[in-house]
Parts: sequence; structure tokens; C-alpha cells
Amino acid sequence: MGYNEEKQSNWDGRENPVYKLRLFVTGTSAVSVRAINNLQSILNEYLTDRYELEIIDAHQQPLLVKSENVTAVPMLIKSYPDPKRRLIGDMSDKLKVLRGLGLT
Amino acid sequence: MSKKIAHLKKSADQTELQKTPTGIPGLDEVTLGGLPTGRPTLICGGPGCGKTLFALEFIVRGAEQYNEPGVFIAFEEKPDELSANVTSLGFDLEQLQKQKKLKIDYVHVDKTEIEETGEYDLEGLFIRLGYAIDSIGAKRVVLDTIENLFSGLTNEGILRAELRRLFSWLKEKGVTAIITGETGEKTLTRQGLEEYVSDCVILLDHRIINQISTRRLRVIKYRGTMHGTNEYPFLIDEEGISVLPVTSLKLNKQVSTGIVSSGIKPLDSMLGKGGFYKGSSVLVSGTAGTGKTSFAASFIDKACERKERSLYFAFEESPNQIIRNMRSIGIDLQKHIDKGLLEFYASRPTLYGLEMHLVSIHKAIRKFKPQVVVLDPITNLITVGSVSDVKSMLVRLIDFLQSEQITVMFTALSLNTIVSDQTDEGVSSLVDAWLLIKDIELNGERNRGLYVIKSRGMQHSNQIREFIITDNGLDLVDVYLGPEGVLVGSAREAQKLLEQTGQALHTHAISRKDRELTRKRRLLEARIESLKTEFESTEEELNKVYIEEDIKRGIAQETRQFMTEFREGKKEAIKGNKSNK
Repeated sequence: MGYNEEKQSNWDGRENPVYKLRLFVTGTSAVSVRAINNLQSILNEYLTDRYELEIIDAHQQPLLVKSENVTAVPMLIKSYPDPKRRLIGDMSDKLKVLRGLGLT
Repeated sequence: MSKKIAHLKKSADQTELQKTPTGIPGLDEVTLGGLPTGRPTLICGGPGCGKTLFALEFIVRGAEQYNEPGVFIAFEEKPDELSANVTSLGFDLEQLQKQKKLKIDYVHVDKTEIEETGEYDLEGLFIRLGYAIDSIGAKRVVLDTIENLFSGLTNEGILRAELRRLFSWLKEKGVTAIITGETGEKTLTRQGLEEYVSDCVILLDHRIINQISTRRLRVIKYRGTMHGTNEYPFLIDEEGISVLPVTSLKLNKQVSTGIVSSGIKPLDSMLGKGGFYKGSSVLVSGTAGTGKTSFAASFIDKACERKERSLYFAFEESPNQIIRNMRSIGIDLQKHIDKGLLEFYASRPTLYGLEMHLVSIHKAIRKFKPQVVVLDPITNLITVGSVSDVKSMLVRLIDFLQSEQITVMFTALSLNTIVSDQTDEGVSSLVDAWLLIKDIELNGERNRGLYVIKSRGMQHSNQIREFIITDNGLDLVDVYLGPEGVLVGSAREAQKLLEQTGQALHTHAISRKDRELTRKRRLLEARIESLKTEFESTEEELNKVYIEEDIKRGIAQETRQFMTEFREGKKEAIKGNKSNK
């Protein structure tokens, strides 16, 4: 019941679902910084104010790393809207990032 | 100079490679101590050869036996699947996890939900591994099977670089690691992991020969240490993996002069020393139905009565069948089982290959620690291997039993065919004592004759004895050597009867002769008496004649004198004559 309603509301507001994103990085390593910057610019361009991005330092949250099954870093996990996707890498391939986020 | 070398050698000894025992029976003997401590070891093999189990057992045994916590990173199976798979082996992964002796982390890389958007590394994996290691103070790590990363991630360059970093990181961490990998077409593993792990590589193999599978293990490489280089058979059973170090080639076993009774008294006396030597091997061979199993059971029965632990490996009959059958000849094996002195191990020879049999026999012996072992019959093993295979297996078994000072009895079926003659030949040169039970066919019946063909180190009888199975066990009877040769069975009984009759007749005849003789003596005595009387009367007669003769002669002489005097002196003669008168 609740599921259907949620789905419904999804469709109603398909123009502006709020993306739930989690980005796992490792401290301030070059590739992490690159990933953060690339992602920020893409999000600002395509999902202005329609995303919640949580940036997590994998070193600080090893339990979360485990529960989220993180292997490669940087890893962006899109948990909402469905389908769940994982994007790895420094987000330099813009096309792939958009495809991964379902924005193409 | 030489001093310097000696010094170098010494220092090399001091920094000798440390080893971590796996706790897997046999493997630590093959590797002379275990896997290299603080270094990764590669376990590779085809599908279903036991890599995961091997790795898991390394972790579990480490946690349970050596108090070394372990981390298991599973790339293939989920933790609950893993636990379920090994519950049958008595490994309680849940419990170990609760005790903080084990950590399982399931790393799953799903290609379908991953988009590669540029450069990355595997730091996430490092963090998880590092966290797992640090949280329980792990000394052992397993990565099963890290190659799965290659199916999820496409950038091989990154993966390879990261793997290299991972292994050197593991070394830095000082954990003893096992990495499993599936055999590739030309390489040991599909992704060439052996390139990164170069300290110790163990290959597992699962081979099918004549429809029978044998698992084998080989240490391909072990840097900086000696190791067994052969292929060693190993077994996966309800207690996990056991490896059998194949052969000790030295013949320098301790020997005992103790004697173990054969269980049959007359046989003990046929064997010069009153039985078999302790720790020796005895072969009992014979054609079908000659009582080999009964013989073995009787041997076991007597051993148990002496409170010796015994193991019975049955390859033909089920334990219950043997117990039932032996009861019919007055041997109660059940009571020994109840007391825990006797144990049966029954398996079909075709259940697995010879090597596996050897491993399982080894294991059973190690576990039960018997003093007496029976294998009944070894001829059935020929169905799963060639004569030379069986022989080499038995050599190793005998070797092992001798070193443990266990007396072993093999039974072997000899058919009248060339093949099994060879079997006998093959085995008989290995054993210390060989008893042959042979059918002796005579007068339309078969009987069993027992020969002691050889018995090393003792003066044994060269006689054939008849081997009989009675309601009260086994016995040997002297065979009857009649005028027609060796007699056994009813012929022996008949001959005995015949002899008894003869004896009776003979006794009778003798007493008759005695009476006859007495009679004759009496007769003769009577005759002697009469002859004596006759002699006396004859003598008297003779005497009478003599006396008459004397009287006659006296008178004649007197008369003659008188006549003479008369003629010469007249008066004096007359006077004389008158005075004489």
C-alpha cells in the first residue's frame, strides 16, 4: 500500500525526485578530490537542488564501508531513486556518470 | 674464510623461515611445519577440488587450536552459505564469530550495478580487511576467491596494480594469508595470481581414474624451506581435510620381540615363538569359504580378550553381518564393541580410490589407536587399482603400522587365476608371516588344510594341520598320515575308526595267544614231570645193575683169592679161608 503510494508520488514528481547519494572517498587523496570536484559540477549542472550528497571518508567509517559493500574507491552509491547503482572512479567520464545516475 | 661461511650459515639458521601450522592433519608434515608465517600462500585448483574448504579449515583450526583469530573474506559465498556448508564438518562459524575469533566479510562486486567512471583503487577492500584484522587481532587471513574481482571490474591494469599492493600490504601486516585461485588453462590460476604470490603455492587436484576420484595435493613451490615434493592424496570427510604423507622410505623401524597370540593355540605352537611378533604383518590367504574371515575374527576376539584395542576394516561384509556370522562359531564380537575395545570400519572398495582408502585407514588408526588391525579382504581392493597400486598402498600401510607397532592381519582371497596369484605374490613378499588355508579335496568332500608358509624370525612348523571351524571357535587338528597319504575330514575319522577296530581285534588276538601259551606251558610242564619220573626209574634200574655187578664182582674176587691161596698154602689157606669165614 505504502509502496504504491510512494511509487505514485514518484511519478507525480518525476521531474524532481530528490537523489540520495553517498560518495565514499579516501581522505584527501588526489583521486578523491578529483572525484568530489567532478561530481559536484555534474550534480550542480543536472540536479540542481535535487540531491542529497553525503561524502564519507572510508578510513573514518570502516563499518559503513563494510555494510555498504564498498570495494573500489571512490565509489558513489545512488540509493534513491531505483535502481540502486554504484559508480566508481574519479567521475571524469561524464557520460558514464550521467548514465549511472539515470540522467540520460 | 670458512669461519665466515659458518657464521653466515648460523645467522641464516637463526632467521629461518617461521611457519604457521595449518592444523590440517598431514599437511604440516608435508610442509615441514605449516605455511610461511606472515606471508601469502596461493591455493589453486579446479572447481570442486576443495580450495574453499581448505582455506576455511585453515582459519577455523587456527582459531580453535592455535588461538590465532582469522579473517575470511568471501568473494563467492555469503557468510550464511559458508556456515551451512561447513556445519556438517563440525565447524561452528557463528560461535567463532561471537567469540571474536573469526570475522567473515562478504565482498560482492556486481557488474550490473557498477559503472566505471574513471580512475579508482581498491582502498575500500583494504579498509574492510584492515578493520576486520584489527578488530579481532587476526593472525590469519583468507581471500576466497579474489579473482572474482576480475569479473566485476573491467580495468585490469588497476586491478593488477592493486593486487600487487594488497599482497605487499598483507606482508606488512604480518598476517599469514591464503589466497585461493581457480586453475587457468595454461597458468596455475586464471588471472596469473602466482605472479604476485611467490612464497608458497599449493596445487589441489581432483583426478578421476577408472571412474574413481582421488584428491591430491602438491606443494609446487615453497620458498626458503624444504618441503615434500610428491603428490599427496587427501581426503575430505566429516572431519575436514586430511593429507597423507605418502612414504617414509627409510627402513629403520623399531622392532619388538613381544609376541601376539594368533588366537588358536595349536597354531601358536606351530609358530616357533608361540604367536606372531608384535607389530608384524600377517597374511591369511585362501580360496573362497576357507574361513579367512573367521580366522581374522578369532584373532581380533582373542586380542580384545587381552584388552587390546582392535580395528576391523571390512571391505566385503557389513559389520552386522560379520558379527552375526561369527556368533555362529561362538565368537561374540558385539561385547567387545560395547566395551569400546573393537571398532568396525566398513566401506566398499569402490567407494573411493586406493589412496583415499589409505588416508581413511590412516585416519581411523590415528584416531582409535589400536594395537591390532585387520583388513578383510585386501583382494577386494584390486577392483579399484592395479596390482602394483595395491602393493604400493600396502607397503605404505605396513610401513605406517610397523612404525606404530600395530600388528596387522590381512586376509586375501586366492582364486586359481593368474591375477590373484600375482596378488598373493605381491603381498606375500611384504608380510612377515603368511598362513595359507587350502582346500584338500578327498573322498568327495572338501576340508581345510592350514600351512604356515612363512614366519619371519621364528622356527615354524612345516606341517599341514587341518583347520576346523567348530561351534566353539577355531581349532587345528593333526592331519592323519595313513598308508595312503594325508587324510583329513571324514577320511581321517574313518581311518581312526578303522584303527580302533584293529586295535580291539588286536587286543583280543593277543589275549587268546596268551591263553594258548599258558596252556602249552602247562602241557609241557606235565610232560617234563613224566619224563622226570621215567628218568628216575631208568636211573634206579641202572643203579640196580651196577650194585649187582659190584656184588658179583666182590664174590668172584673172593672166590678167586680163595682158590689161589688154596692152591699155594693149603693149611693157611684153609685156616685163612676158615678164619675168613
